[in-house]
Amino acid sequence: MTETTLTGRFAGLANPTRFLALADRLILPMAVLSLLLLAAGLVLGFRAPADYQQGTTVRIMYIHVPFAWLSMMCWGVMSVAALGTLVWRHPLADVALKAAAPVGVVFTGLALATGSIWGKPMWGTWWVWDARLTSVFVLFLMYLGVIALTRAIDDAGRAGRAAAVITLVGAVNLPIIKFSVDWWNTLHQPAAVFRMDGPTIHPTMLWPLMITALGFTVLFFTLHLAAMRTEVLRRRIFAMQRLAARREEGRSA
Amino acid sequence: MRLTAQDLGAERGGERIFSGLHFAIGAGEALLVTGPNGAGKSTLLQVLCGLLPAAEGTILLEGAGEEWPTVAAAAHYLGHGNAMKPAMSVEENLRFWREFNGEPCLEVDEALEEVGLGSLGYLPFSTLSTGQRRRAAIARLLVSWRPIWLLDEPTAGLDARSETRFTALMEAHRADGGLIIAATHWPLHLQDVKELVLGDAA
Amino acid sequence: MLALYVRDLKLGIRAGGGALVGILFFLAVIATVPFAIGPELTLLARIGPAMLWTGALLASLLGLDRLFQADREDGSLDLLVLAAERHMLPLIVLLKCLAHWTASVLPLVIAAPVLGILLNMDPLANAATTLTLLVGSPAVTFVGAIGAAVAVTLPRGGLLVSVLILPLVIPVLIFGVSTAYASVNDPAPFLPPFLILCALTLFFTVLGPLAASAALRAARG
Repeated sequence: MTETTLTGRFAGLANPTRFLALADRLILPMAVLSLLLLAAGLVLGFRAPADYQQGTTVRIMYIHVPFAWLSMMCWGVMSVAALGTLVWRHPLADVALKAAAPVGVVFTGLALATGSIWGKPMWGTWWVWDARLTSVFVLFLMYLGVIALTRAIDDAGRAGRAAAVITLVGAVNLPIIKFSVDWWNTLHQPAAVFRMDGPTIHPTMLWPLMITALGFTVLFFTLHLAAMRTEVLRRRIFAMQRLAARREEGRSA
Repeated sequence: MRLTAQDLGAERGGERIFSGLHFAIGAGEALLVTGPNGAGKSTLLQVLCGLLPAAEGTILLEGAGEEWPTVAAAAHYLGHGNAMKPAMSVEENLRFWREFNGEPCLEVDEALEEVGLGSLGYLPFSTLSTGQRRRAAIARLLVSWRPIWLLDEPTAGLDARSETRFTALMEAHRADGGLIIAATHWPLHLQDVKELVLGDAA
Repeated sequence: MLALYVRDLKLGIRAGGGALVGILFFLAVIATVPFAIGPELTLLARIGPAMLWTGALLASLLGLDRLFQADREDGSLDLLVLAAERHMLPLIVLLKCLAHWTASVLPLVIAAPVLGILLNMDPLANAATTLTLLVGSPAVTFVGAIGAAVAVTLPRGGLLVSVLILPLVIPVLIFGVSTAYASVNDPAPFLPPFLILCALTLFFTVLGPLAASAALRAARG
């Protein structure tokens, strides 16, 4: 191990090092912020009037809808990261993609589970194979596929590029999920918040929903940042292990 | 303890690799099997430990007691593969073989110290270089006791320093009353060894 | 001996996420069913146990070819075979099978009731199917071990293993599915087919490792 390659290695780590410092500073305040927002949103949600048709069951909306939004937003974040890997070749892009997938799969799973729990009293069944539910289920499978892919390939660079391609192809599913309730006749209710003609949901319900949604979004980015930091550290450990093995080699020779 | 081969012959894929081999080694002795590529060095080791059936002749293990009924039970076999899992650390790998093979001898960290990997036990096996991997595989011979060592190109990938160290380990094994049969291209610098030349040169 | 089980379990969970791929395949197979035959819930509920069994069977065949091949590539297999004097070889195979089952097949059994909900199965049928999978799936792994041992020397044995052992596991499938249906359809008794399923698993627990270790020995010669 000569001096020049050592310095070269540290220059290569410079960018992730700055990222780590940034992440260390941001994670705690973001976590606190998301907890405050979630607490406020949930309190408001329980204060909000019950739905005249659905009764108190409707309150599951305050977590179901944010989970569903985030499940899609996470894939959006991964798609941007995929572009970062393939087009701009940013060194942190494939870290961002790999770290986002497990968070996304949890949010999608929670969206499916809460929707299922909501559906049982409303529709009389846990699950129907309508367009919205099916497309979200496909999203769930795609997340698992990306996770399996990133874990199956040892070489980080190759795994990152492969996952990036799959992620971009999978992004086709996002508009399908969004517009599935409009394109097909489904049991799932149509969009109520993001519509061309404004939200159809009453403000007393809209506000808690927006606050919890914001809270979960901040939570997502907190988790994402923490996962990215873990991944950067993991790669650094891996590099150090290789270095340690080689240094030992040099000493014994 | 005495290992004797009489009129030994072996086949591979219906083709006779060697035949009519005779040798006998006792405790503390070493047999170096040499010869050109394809002469059957690896085959001989596999026949000896029972991985391949002998086409003719007999292999006798005498005076080993009830503890070591067959050569397979009494031998450490170091083949071409290192028999280590890349996903586990060096220590985990060795600890597994120590527990699985029984007859514990050296502690894992002592064995790693012996092969010069004392500080690398925590590393995943996949991060090691070729020579380090071979040394880790050699450490497996030390963590559980077997009187017979069957070594197939044991020094493949080792640097000069590790080779010297390994020679010392083999001498120590012989001093403890062990037997060594090694197939190799390289002289292993062992004191008074018997030599068995396979192939056309014989 | 326990060390072998622990090692294989660790490898199964750590290396490359093979268990995850199995579950993913299971999920994907079940998810294609409603696309293929339409989302009619009563129909899905009726064929649910059969679909779960077929899906779990196919998913558990994945990765079976690696059961001995990974050990063969790095030379561990030779050492395991040589240890036969100390530990019986069929016992070694049995432990490897159990570790494989715990790491790769048990997750499928755990995922099965969730997929049962997606197929609109009623709770009783769902529980019965999961129970039969829990009892019957080890038999698939043990039969699979035979195929894996036979194909251990082949470079691309994966598909061959599946083709070899599918006919052998059909009895397990028949009794697994009929037990699951017996729990829902009143006239059919539950216990007899369930006991036959248990017997099949016990039978293959003995036969599988014995035949596999014979095949492993033969593969050397």
